[in-house]
Amino acid sequence: MTTTAPPGTGALPVPAAPPTATPGRLGRFRAGGSGLVFVLPFLLLFVLFLVWPVVQGLWMSFTDSSLALRDTAFVGFDNYAEALGDPDVWSSLGNTVFFTVISSVPLVLVALVMALLVHSGLAGQWAWRLAFFAPYLLPVTVVTLVFTWLYQPDLGFANQFLGALGTDPVGWLSDESVAMWSIAALTVWWTVGFNFLLYLSALQSLPSAFDEAAALDGAGAWRRLWSITLPQLRRTTVLVAMLQVLASLKVFDQIYILTKGGPNASTRPVLEYVYDVGFTGYRLGYASAVSYLFFALIIVVSLVQLRLFRRED
Amino acid sequence: MSATAPPLRPRRPAPRDAAGSPLLLGHGRLPRVLAGTALVVLAVLWLLPFVWAIATSVQSEQDLSKPGLSPVKGAFTLEAYREILERGNVPVWAFNSFLIAALVTVITVAVSTLAAYGFSRGTFRGRRALLAVTVAAIMVPPQLLVVPLFRQMLLFDLVDTYAAVILPQVVAPMMVFILKRFFDGVPRELEEAARSDGASEFRVFRSVVLPLSRPIVAAVSIFVFIGAWNNFMWPFIVTNDPDLMTLPVGLATVKDAYGIQYAQAMASALLAALPLIVVFLVFQRRIVDSVATTGLGGS
Repeated sequence: MTTTAPPGTGALPVPAAPPTATPGRLGRFRAGGSGLVFVLPFLLLFVLFLVWPVVQGLWMSFTDSSLALRDTAFVGFDNYAEALGDPDVWSSLGNTVFFTVISSVPLVLVALVMALLVHSGLAGQWAWRLAFFAPYLLPVTVVTLVFTWLYQPDLGFANQFLGALGTDPVGWLSDESVAMWSIAALTVWWTVGFNFLLYLSALQSLPSAFDEAAALDGAGAWRRLWSITLPQLRRTTVLVAMLQVLASLKVFDQIYILTKGGPNASTRPVLEYVYDVGFTGYRLGYASAVSYLFFALIIVVSLVQLRLFRRED
Repeated sequence: MSATAPPLRPRRPAPRDAAGSPLLLGHGRLPRVLAGTALVVLAVLWLLPFVWAIATSVQSEQDLSKPGLSPVKGAFTLEAYREILERGNVPVWAFNSFLIAALVTVITVAVSTLAAYGFSRGTFRGRRALLAVTVAAIMVPPQLLVVPLFRQMLLFDLVDTYAAVILPQVVAPMMVFILKRFFDGVPRELEEAARSDGASEFRVFRSVVLPLSRPIVAAVSIFVFIGAWNNFMWPFIVTNDPDLMTLPVGLATVKDAYGIQYAQAMASALLAALPLIVVFLVFQRRIVDSVATTGLGGS
């Protein structure tokens, strides 16, 4: 799946300037080495809005910094020590991991099934693609507004549906044992279209020779799916799963808007805890320490994944 | 971003066997019927929230308080839409969203293509080290930066300004990386020709390399635009003034303010959903390409 270089276009709008143009014009690459001018604007923004905050955050995590911009004191590893002993950190981490598991598995599997079905050649490709991908284009608040209504305890569709089946209503967002599943269902509906497109694109660029040969040899559809298509998709699956786990670990938006982490902090993910401590509790130093611990976890997960991915090759 | 540029990735129709049936399903009737049914069931499930929201938005709040599974409980009315448009918040937020997403996209693409070209063709000292730092920065989750960035905005006195919403979003190391990899693959003969004609390095970039890279630039633009349009956490933290809010942020305040006014809630959700859905219908192919290419880091 390498991006193909586009074919050279015919007439290029290059003016016929005299060959003796002044050497050393601004931005001209010379033997001495240049091109830095091109990188400078990016570099400036990169340092200001990425490097500086990363360093600043790390520094803050060793202080008792607060929102008040007053003088702050260096407190060493106090924040980190406090975070490691903070039961709220551990429970929000547990919630995050739970969400990651129950959302990532369907987000990969359902996307795969959708892509296989759409790729199978039935009519109406664009319509299926639109149906599955459209939710991905919705801002998070649109999704949460719609699902707040679907999950509404008395009149929402979900409980009306259960009522029609003769079952008791469920507290979709108010029952501690159900709320995270409701949020995962929303997340699958909302974002599966992205993984679906990645799979569909992979399917469309698979060589069909093996498949055709096996079909000529009389291998049935199921057999070919299991023995040829799915193994061909292995690399894509590993990649999609890697990206999905990293994305799920960073969950915040939909949970914050839907339940604010409730009921009883049962759906609060790590990033919301950081937000609560930093912007509601005004403890920016402590919030930074928690987010750096989480960052360390994300790096470890990424490195483990990269190792696994390398082994696949 | 023109629609005439060639597509980025090869697209093949589903392979068919000698008899012309789709290979994936074989000849039998049964697999086709099963696959078709599964597709329809999934599509219905995925469209149901839309249908439910649309039906809710065109009824009165009183009618909606009747129990029942049917989404249609009363007479058709556009009352909810009228009230929302009269209040005037949603159009303001839509304008802000559009302005901010457009500016983020233009700045990100300009800055990133220039940097990618510099990294790809430049020979300045420290180029490799800078590139390595940029690639490493891809791993930094933007959420990690929220706390220090907010403090930085307080320091610059930028809280509640467009600049505060836009500036941190235009740093996109991932896009620089994707563009650089693409530029690396663009043949250099054409550039040499232009260079020997005396074109400045910027001229070579703008007149030779950029036109050849239209598909990837379009892909990156679309990806950045969708991301900026839907961004929630940062604009939410850095804006308090309702006149500066983007759609996602503004709607979050609506939910708390309206309480149980579901017709209005659904009407504003649908109005907010409309722009990108329309854009998708128009540029479907490009957007699909963009997600497929950019989503996998240009691999």
